[in-house]
Amino acid sequence: MDGRVKPGHDGALLAFLTRRLLGMAVVLAVMSFIVFMLIGLMPGDPIDIMIASNPDLTPADGERLKRLHGLDLPLWERYANWLGGVFTGDLGFSRTYNRPVMDILLPRLGNTVILLGLSSIVAIVVAIPLGVIAATRPQSKLDSAINLFCFAGISVPPFWLALLFIMIFAVGLGWLPAGGMGATDAGFFAGLKFLVLPVATLTIASLAGYTRFARAAMIEVLRQDYIRTARAKGLGPRRTLFGHGLRNAMLPLTTIIALDFGTLFSGALITETMFGYLGMGKLIYDSILGNDFNLALVGLLLATLVVLIGNFLADIAYAALDPRISFRALEAA
Amino acid sequence: MSIVADTLSGADTQRFWQRFRRNRPAMLSAAVLALIALAALLAPAFEAMLGVDATRVDLFNQYASPDATHWLGTDEAGRDVLVRLLYGGRISLLVGLVAALGAATIGTAVGLLAGYYGGRLDTLLMRSTDGVIALPLLPLLIILAAVDLAKVGVPADIANSEMASLYRIVFIIALVGWTTVARLVRAGTLSVRTREFVRAAEAMGARPTTIMLRHILPNIVSPIIVATTLSIGVVILLESVLSFLGLGIQPPIPSWGNMLTNAQELATRAPALAVWPGAVIFVTVMAFNFLGDGLQDALDPRATRR
Repeated sequence: MDGRVKPGHDGALLAFLTRRLLGMAVVLAVMSFIVFMLIGLMPGDPIDIMIASNPDLTPADGERLKRLHGLDLPLWERYANWLGGVFTGDLGFSRTYNRPVMDILLPRLGNTVILLGLSSIVAIVVAIPLGVIAATRPQSKLDSAINLFCFAGISVPPFWLALLFIMIFAVGLGWLPAGGMGATDAGFFAGLKFLVLPVATLTIASLAGYTRFARAAMIEVLRQDYIRTARAKGLGPRRTLFGHGLRNAMLPLTTIIALDFGTLFSGALITETMFGYLGMGKLIYDSILGNDFNLALVGLLLATLVVLIGNFLADIAYAALDPRISFRALEAA
Repeated sequence: MSIVADTLSGADTQRFWQRFRRNRPAMLSAAVLALIALAALLAPAFEAMLGVDATRVDLFNQYASPDATHWLGTDEAGRDVLVRLLYGGRISLLVGLVAALGAATIGTAVGLLAGYYGGRLDTLLMRSTDGVIALPLLPLLIILAAVDLAKVGVPADIANSEMASLYRIVFIIALVGWTTVARLVRAGTLSVRTREFVRAAEAMGARPTTIMLRHILPNIVSPIIVATTLSIGVVILLESVLSFLGLGIQPPIPSWGNMLTNAQELATRAPALAVWPGAVIFVTVMAFNFLGDGLQDALDPRATRR
C-alpha cells in the first residue's frame, strides 16, 4: 500500500476498521444470545446435576441454590446478568474445572491456533503449486490425477481419515503416536511428532478445496489479455506465470480461504477429539456433553472470534495483494 | 431427472444427455449410487436371504470373520455387518436427500427474496448468509443436537420416539445448510429480474410471488439442481460426523456414522469394522460430488469448472 496511498485513504481505512469491528461485535452478540437460549433448552441444569450427585441435598436446598445462582430467573434475565458480567470482565466459572473459564480456555486456544495455523500453511503451500500444475496442463493425465485427489479430499469423512491414519501410522507401522500431546517440558521438536497426524487430517479437506479453486482461478487468469501481452512483449513463460498469473489468481483464492476458517475450526473439533489433542474444539465438545454450559458458551464465542479475526486478516491480505482495491472499496463491498 | 427434462426443451434435453453421457466419472457415479440405493432398498430381502437378523445381539458370535452367512463378518455385538450397512444406507441416503431438499428450499426462498426485492432486505439476508457461512458450524450443530426436545415444546410421543433423532438431524442440517443455494439463487435472480419477460409480467400486474415462482425460478433451476446434488454429499458427511460423535442417529437404528462410534477402541481388535462404514460414506459422497460436477458441465457448458 506504500506509494499507492491516495488522498483520504487514512479516513477510508479508519471507517473500514470501525465498520468491521462493529460487525464482529454484532455477530458475537447475536451468537451469544442464540447459544445462551439454546443452552437453556438443554436437558438438566447445573443444580439438578449437583443434587443428583449429592444425596445430602434436599429438593428445598436445590431451590435455594438455584435462587443463589440466579437460576430461578427467566432466561432473558439470566442472559442480561451474564452480559453484564462480561462487560465487567467476569466471564464466569467452569462447573467441571471449578476455575474461571478463561484460565482453562487460553492454553487450549494456543494449541488450537498452532493446529489451525500449521494446517492452513501446509494446505496453501501445497495447493497453489498443485493448482498451477493442473491449470497449465488442462485435461492431461496429471490434471486428472490431481482432480481425482481433490474429489477424494472433499469427500472423505474427516473422522474416518483420522481413524485410518491412526490404524496405519500408529497401530500398524508404529511411526507416530496415536494421539495426545507429549510432555510439555520435552521441547518443541519432541511435541512435533504429536502434531503430524492431526495436521495431516485437518489439511486434507481444505487442501483439496483450495487446489480446485487455485486451478479454476489460474485457468481463468491465463485466458486474460494481459497474459498474452506479457508473452508478446517477450516475458518468459515462468515469469509470466508467476509474475502476472499467480498474483491475480491469488485474489479469488484469498476469498475462499477467508470463508473457510469456520469450516476449518469445525474440522479442528473433529481432529482434536480423534487424537486427544488438547485444543478448543475438543474442550467445547467435552463441555457440551459434560453440561459445563458456561465453558461451552464462552468457548464457542472465543472460537467465533478467532474465525472472525481470520476472515478479517484475509480481507486485509486481499487488499494488500490487489492494488486496485482500496479500503474504501472493501468497505463498500 | 424429470425436473431437468420439464424445464428444458426437447433439443436442450438431448444436448444435456449427450454431454452427460460423455462424462465418464459422472456416469459411473450415477451407476454406483443407483446400486447403493437399490441395495439399501432391498435390505430386508438380503436379511431374509442370508438368514440373519440385523438387530439381534449375539454375544457368542462377536467379531466373526466373513463367511457364507455373514459376508462381511459380525460386529462387537455379533450383528451382521453387511445387513447393518444396508439399513444404515437407507438412513444416510434418506437424511442426505431430505435435508438437502429442505436446505435447498430455504436457500431458494432466501435467494429469491434477496435478489428480487433488493435494497435493505437484500443486505440483511446476504449479511446473514455470509455470517452463517463464516461461523464454526459444527459446535453449533452439536449444541442443537443436544437440545432437549421436550423443552422446545415437541410433543412427548414424538420426542421420545425412535425416529426423533432422524427428524432432528434433518431439521438442524437444513437449518444451517442453505447458504450455498441462497447465494446462487440470488445471483440468478439478479440476472433474470431485468429480462423482458419479467418486465412484461410486472407491467401486466402479476403479483411478486407469481413473478418469483413462475417467471424467475424456472430459469434458475440448473444451478439449484447442481448445488442440491453437491450438498447431498455434504449432508451425508455431516450426518456421519454427528452420528459418530453420538449426537446424530441414535442406536439401535444403524447409520453409517454411528456404526463407527466404537471403531476407535476396536481399531486393533477388529480393523475391518472401522473400514467398511467409512468406505461406503467415502464412495457415496464422492459419487454425489462427481454427479453434481457432471450435471453442472452438462447443464451449463459455458460455466467454467470450479
